[in-house]
Order: sequence, then C-alpha cells, then structure tokens
Amino acid sequence: MYELIVIGGGPAGLAAACAAWEHGLRRILVVERDRELGGILNQCIHNGFGLHYFREELTGPEYAGRFIRMLESTGVEVRLDTTVLEITPQRQVHMVGKETGYRVEEARAVILAMGCRERTRGAIALPGTRPAGVFTAGAAQRYVNMEGWLPGRRVVILGSGDIGLIMARRMTLEGARVLACVEVLPYSGGLTRNLVQCLQDYDIPLYLSHTVTDIRGRDRVEQVVVAQVDQDRRPIPGTELVFDCDTLLLSVGLIPENELTRQVGIRIDPRTNGAVVFENMETSLPGVFACGNVAHVHDLVDFVTAESRKAGAAAADHVRDPLRGEGPVVEVAAGAGVSYTVPQRIRPDRAAEGCGLFFRVDRVLGQSRILVRSGDRLLADVSRSRLAPGEMEHITLSPALLAQAGDSITLSVQEVGSQ
Amino acid sequence: MKELICIVCPQGCTLRVDEDHDCAVTGNRCPRGAEYGKQELTHPTRVVTSTVRCVGGLHPRCPVKTDRPIPKELVFQAMDCLNKVTLTAPVRTGDVVVADVCGTGAAFVATRDL
Amino acid sequence: MYDVFIIGCGITGAAAAFHLSRYQLKIAIAERENDVAAGTTKANSAILHAGYDPRPGTLMAKLNLRGAQLARELCAGLDVPYRPCGSLVLAFSPEDQATLRALYDRGRANGVPELALLSGAEARAIEPNLSPQVTAALWAPTAAICSPWEYCLALAETAVANGAELRLETAVTGLEPLPGGWLIHTDRGDLTSRYVLNVAGVSAQAVHQMAAPKTFTIHPSQGQYYLLDKSEGNRVGRVIFQCPGPAGKGVLVAPTVHGNLIAGPNAVPVAGEDLSTTADGLAFVRDTALKSVPSIRFSQSIRNFAGVRAAADTGDFVIGWAAPRFLDLAGICSPGLTAAPAIAEYAAGLLEADGLSLTEKPDFLCRRTRLRFHTLSPAEKAELVAREPAYGRVICRCETVTEGDILAALRGPIPPRSVDGVKRRVGAGMGRCQGGFCGPRVVELLARELDLSPGQIVQERAGSWLLARETKGGASHV
Repeated sequence: MYELIVIGGGPAGLAAACAAWEHGLRRILVVERDRELGGILNQCIHNGFGLHYFREELTGPEYAGRFIRMLESTGVEVRLDTTVLEITPQRQVHMVGKETGYRVEEARAVILAMGCRERTRGAIALPGTRPAGVFTAGAAQRYVNMEGWLPGRRVVILGSGDIGLIMARRMTLEGARVLACVEVLPYSGGLTRNLVQCLQDYDIPLYLSHTVTDIRGRDRVEQVVVAQVDQDRRPIPGTELVFDCDTLLLSVGLIPENELTRQVGIRIDPRTNGAVVFENMETSLPGVFACGNVAHVHDLVDFVTAESRKAGAAAADHVRDPLRGEGPVVEVAAGAGVSYTVPQRIRPDRAAEGCGLFFRVDRVLGQSRILVRSGDRLLADVSRSRLAPGEMEHITLSPALLAQAGDSITLSVQEVGSQ
Repeated sequence: MKELICIVCPQGCTLRVDEDHDCAVTGNRCPRGAEYGKQELTHPTRVVTSTVRCVGGLHPRCPVKTDRPIPKELVFQAMDCLNKVTLTAPVRTGDVVVADVCGTGAAFVATRDL
Repeated sequence: MYDVFIIGCGITGAAAAFHLSRYQLKIAIAERENDVAAGTTKANSAILHAGYDPRPGTLMAKLNLRGAQLARELCAGLDVPYRPCGSLVLAFSPEDQATLRALYDRGRANGVPELALLSGAEARAIEPNLSPQVTAALWAPTAAICSPWEYCLALAETAVANGAELRLETAVTGLEPLPGGWLIHTDRGDLTSRYVLNVAGVSAQAVHQMAAPKTFTIHPSQGQYYLLDKSEGNRVGRVIFQCPGPAGKGVLVAPTVHGNLIAGPNAVPVAGEDLSTTADGLAFVRDTALKSVPSIRFSQSIRNFAGVRAAADTGDFVIGWAAPRFLDLAGICSPGLTAAPAIAEYAAGLLEADGLSLTEKPDFLCRRTRLRFHTLSPAEKAELVAREPAYGRVICRCETVTEGDILAALRGPIPPRSVDGVKRRVGAGMGRCQGGFCGPRVVELLARELDLSPGQIVQERAGSWLLARETKGGASHV
C-alpha cells in the first residue's frame, strides 16, 4: 500500500511528487508511460521556461532535469515504461509495463497528472484528401527534436498557438521552408515573443482570420488551400490562396487527457475538459487530485509547477487526515468574458491563507476590470492593462473575501470604457 | 522611425525607435522596453536552441543551446556548425558541445543528460 | 498455372479466395495496393444489412440474405468484431410511412425474418435519442455491424493459411486468352491461370474490358463520413437509417464495433477514386444525421473520410461469365459487404458448373483466433505480460494497443507494410488522438521489423512518405 500514487512523470507529476515528499509522505510511487521522466518538456528544447519559478530562462529539458534531480534526491519510487489502465474508486491503480509487468497497487491518495493531447484534423473536420503529411505540431516536434527526422520540406502551419509558432522556427532552422502560419481568429493565440522570434525573425507570414479550406494530394500533401474567414469563421469565397507544400502542421488546441478520470467517475467540467477541482486540486472523488494540463491547459510550465506543488501538499494533508469533513463550499462561476476558472469550488475553511484563482478570458481586452461578485455584492475589483485568451490570468481571493462569499461567487471581466 | 513589438513581458507594447536620435524609444511602458528596443535595432541577439547527433543514448539527438545570446545574423551559421558534431553518451547537462560558436565567444552546451 | 486467379483483394475477392481455398485448387490473388481491403472495403458504413432493401428477384436480394447468414458464422469462426444490433429505418411523414410499408413488404418477399413496423413512440422506447419528429420505424433485428477491414483480413489470412498466394502491389495490366485459360500480364511479370475472377471493385469495368467487350459501366459514387469519439458511442445502440431515396440508403447513424459512432454517407457521383471530403458534403452529413438523432455532438469528431461505391449501371450486382473462363464479380456496391461470402459461394457454383472440379481439402482451416490485449481480463493480461513482456508496453494509449499486439500483426500471415496497415490490424492510431502519440512509435516498430529506415516507412500507399530526411545530415555522416 502506497501513501500516494502519482500518474504521470511530466512537469505536473514531478512537482507534485516532490511536494508530497517535502510534506512528509514517504511511500510515493510515480508511474510514467514513457521510458524517461520529464513528459512533453523533453521535446520542448526551446528556451523560455522557468522565468517565474527559477527566475532564469531554461529550455524544456533543463526545466524537467531540475525536477528529475530533485526527485532523485528523495526516496520516491518511479516506474517507467508503465501505463495505467484503470483506477478504481477505492484508489486501486491497474498498471502494465514491459519490465514491470501487470500490477494492481493501492494508495491512500492519487494524483492525476496525465497531461493533455493535441486536437487533430478530425476534431476540426478539415476537408480534402487524406494524404500523409498532415501532422499535429507536437508529433512533428517529437520527430524533429527527439528522433532526428524532418517530417517535410515545404510547410504550412494551421494555428498560431505557441507550439505552432515554435515549430515554424524549428522547421526553418532545420532547413524546411515554412510558407505560412494561418490563424482562424483575428488574433494569435501565442505569446508575443514567439510571434516576434519565431515568425518575424524568419519572415514567415501570419494570416489572421484565415483557415485551411482544402487539402490536396493523393499520397502525400501537394497543396493546401487557405481562405479568409468572416466574423462567423466561414470561408469567404474568392479569397483563396493556394500553397504548394508537402506538409501541414496543426496547432489547433490541446485537450486534457481525462480518460482515466472519466472512467473512475470523477466529475468533469465541460469548459476545462478537466476534473472539477477544489481549492487544493482535489477532485469530486475524495483523495484523488488533479493538476497540470490534465486539470486545464496551461501556457506556462511555471504555473503547472505551482499548481502541482499545491496538489502534492494537499495529498499529504489528506493522507494524514483522510476523514476531514467537507464543510461549506463556495461555487465559483465563470461570468461575462470569462471562459473558465480553476478551482471551480472553494472550501473557505481549507483556504485560511486565501485561494489563488486561475482563469481565462474569452477574447482580447484592453484596460480592464476583473470583478468578483456574490449575488449583487461586489467583493473585489482588480485592474489589468491587458487580457488575452492565450495568457492565463491569476488573482488571489483573500480569506476576508471568501468569508463574505456565501455559497457562490461569479468572476467576470469588463473592458474599461465599455459596458 | 521603426516600429516593433516589445517581447520583454506579455504586455506587448508597440515601441517606436528613432534611428536618427540615438535610437530613442517611445511607446514603452517600462525601462526594460527601452533597453530592448535599442538593442533590437542596434545589435539584435538570440539564444539558439537545436540538437546534435548522439550515439549510445536513449535518443539519437541531444538538445543543445547557446549559453548566451549570439548576434541574430549568425543564427544559421551557428546551426551549420552543429552538423559536424556527434556526441557519445553519457552526456551531462551543461557539457560544452561547440566552444566559441562562430567566433562569438558563446558555446553550445547540452541541455539534458543523455 | 493457377486454377483460379482472383483480381482484387477487397471483401469480395477475399471471400472468394477463402471460399475456394477449401478445395484442392491452386489459387492466386493479385492486389494492386500494398494491403488487402484497400479500396471500398476500408471506407464504408460497416453494416451487414438485413435484406429488405433490394428488389425481390435480384442477385442483390438473394445474396444479401444468404450473405448475412454466412457473415454471422464467419465472423464468429474467424474472430472478427461483429455485433448483431439490428436496424431501424425512420419515417418523418406519411410519405415516409408508405415507404416503410413498401420496405416491409419487400423484406417479407425477400425472406427477411422478424421485421416489424413500430410507431414513433415504440421506436423511441428502444432508442431514446431518436428525434421527436419520428413518426414510425421499420425494425430489422437481423441487421448487424462489423469491422469490414478486419473481416476482409480474416478471410484473406485464412485463405493464405490454406495455401492461396496473395500477391500484393501487383497490378494486372492486360489479359490474353490461352487454350484452357488466360495469360495475365502484371507489372510484376506474366502469370497463367485456368480461370480468372474479376473482383476489381471500382476498376472492374477496366479489367472486364481487358478480356471482353464492354457490357456494363461502373459509376463510382462517393460517400463522406464522420467518425466520432467513443464518448458518443452510446448515442444510439442500433443502425439508424432514414428512408432510402434515389441516391441510395441515405445518411445513417450507427455505433461501430470499436465503440465509436459513425454518421454518413452522402452520395456524390465522382470520376474514379476521388476520396476527398468537402465542407458541403460534411455539412450535409451532419445536418441529415441530426435530423435522425438531434443530440449527436459533432464536436466529438475524430475523423472524416470518404469511400467510393463501385456501383454498376445495371442496378444489380454483375456476376457472370464475361468470356470463357473469365468471371465478373463486379458492381459490388451496397449490400456488397453483407453479400460477399454468398457471392463467393455463388461464384464457386458457376465455376463448378463450368467444369472446375471442387474437391475438399482434408485439412482445411476454417477457424482463426486473434489475441487482443485490451479485451482480456486483468488476470489474463497479467498472465500474458508475464509470458510475453512486449504485451506490457502500451503503444497506442487511446485504444490500449501494445507492442505485443503490433509485433504479432507484423509477424502474421499478411504482414502490414504501412502505418495504416498496422492500424487496420490492431487499431493503433484509430482512437481520439489519431496516431499523434503512437505514430512515431509505430514507425519505429515498422522500420525495425521490416528492416527499413524510418524514412522509408509509408502512411498507406507507396508515395505516402512520412519523413523527409534526417536532421543534422543524418547518422550516416558520423
């Protein structure tokens, strides 16, 4: 019997396991399906990680490496090349590995840290033929950075999220020609620094309010057709541009990987596609926690680390005091302009030092106010000079605010100068 | 007068840099923006991240980076010098892979253990 | 000299090969592509029809019913995913209800068992997500769903196990009559056979005309589909049709044997094998499917695809002698998947009547089983992994396909030569991430087992390369 089983050895799982160790747990198992720890960071060889957490700029493998060494300095047990097949409500974890065999392990607490996956061509119903050469940006990243293979020579990228932008630069540096980066929205979903350093540096045009309307080629991609879209994201006839290329990379969104979460019956938030969590990242199943991209998709690994440390500490608390009652709950609702919040539920008696709240807005906003209301009462009014869907926001709810919250609060945003 | 977007923080200020007046920067909301705008116009630099061949490790490529920013115009030359290197595992994070990249004084270093 | 040379290894060619392989005959199957089931067989609705649709007296009617019966036995015996879920045809108007009545009568005339006409309320009682607009339905409990490409593979693999020769990547380029048989020109050399079966699907007209004057025309008709995530897999439990129109059986909604939901097809005439989907075609499929089942969440789409039906202008299957010792099995559009084993049986009868002696082999193998890790119980999984550790490494996490599953396929009777070939055999890459995670690992396994460079591995056909070149000048520069 373990005190804690952490499912996933990427940035979330590593930070959670380290924090649980620091908070006194000694029988901890990390289960990782790959042959090494580090998760997706191993293929994110670019820099820009760690500015918040380590106050210096690291590459993905360096960031992962620091946590791997931290974990190695503890007594946390790691099972690599091992996949979890099933979790039961009694926290029995079925797992299988080539070296580790088929095992069922039990734990007093479980942390879900499985990360996320990429949306595919099928998810966005891109029409056209079905040739080879349509890759998700992450799959292409693995080929280029870890396996040492360039998946194509002439490339169009759909989606201007960070992975797409990073891959535009990587493919260019490795000798491919990136012809265009195409974004259906009127703004990019990526960080400004990536727009500058990945596209502008290499004169790669960014087509905003455009999408791919056709893929051509029988066996391998031969052409991709791009057209401008109207306000309802419908292609405008007559605006088509045809690119002769052999590759289309898709960077069209990430989806938390919650198959195990659903299978064990944990409540899912349809807005985050992750588990509904409390202030300490506990899910609807007591003793089971979720953190990192499996809970909601982050853009900065530093925030994954912070959130996962919280989950690790909370798991340690749970192991020490498993029968703590639920107490009063404040439901957090996403109001006007807010697409989701994490956590979705707060237990004020467990948030004596207040509670951090992550959220995303649903459009780009200039100077804005972030408003927290309970019914008609305005509990907080925070100002921000700029808000964008691509950049996760964070505020802290004070204990005093939570004391006045009643049983629900609503978070909304309002651009200054508009109603 | 040249316009560029500041990348120092997520605010993304639009900077205007006056080449005729000692690259004076306007449009910045903080001093770091002014510094960035001036540097970006006078001698832009970049950290280069890439990979090199590696034999005997878990993967056939090892990630590397320049240990400091190098002039932007040398990025492709720096990439070329990586083609001539093959590491042999074990490799440690920070191991120097190419010293003095293109005469810049910067080194390519390994960014993981392999 | 072969006794029987089969041109094309889709479901009908494979069924013919399987059926004939029980006799003491020398059989070859030539397939132009690098895998079996590469044409219509891999891209269709995967329905085994009950048999109320074809006009009584046609070959379609006769062979559909017999085929449905044989398919059930074959899928059980050859370990092919199969589910006898039944089908409903929906009516939304009095005109539709008249059509249902006609289908019911036609089904009775064709000998379809257990057909029943239901009210809208009765239909919704068994299928609660049907539209409230449904006024009546025809219930056909004997309809079923299967995995068409696994069905084809099972038949072809068992035929090969019984001695038939499968020649992949072999295109027939010409045919010349010989005394007592045919000289078959292929792009891999000439072969001879006493009999030739033309089972070339969309190309059957072209193959026919290599041996005989034109007697029929194939009018390829394309259909586009949505395949939805398993989260939508229980939206309906049965195959849901709308009333057939001039363009065919119309857009259906059905569960798949793999646990997904399928919606489609539309019907668009195309020149040749045009497999491209279109925004309009997909929108039509979506809108029409929602008329039957309004709650389908198309946001859960994981894949779109198109298939081409090899319909002949005769309105029926084209089964008969085109020339001496040259038999057409052509125009095999819906219900071809259902009818295939019956077509094979019927063709064997024609061959025998023409003088081919059919003597059964004493050692004919008619059973096949397949190990699938994900279907085992925990105890069985533990035992298998202890015995064969490769079953412990999960390669495709969406469908829980292990290295052991993939290696078994790569060492099977018809080894896959492409990433999609692996997918058809074991399901790796069929799930919600569509190979995003397992793709590179499957490429690695294929390269290792086929002794090729990853750069030589293809997605599907020759020319569908995946990787352009190695970075850093490649390992060969060392």
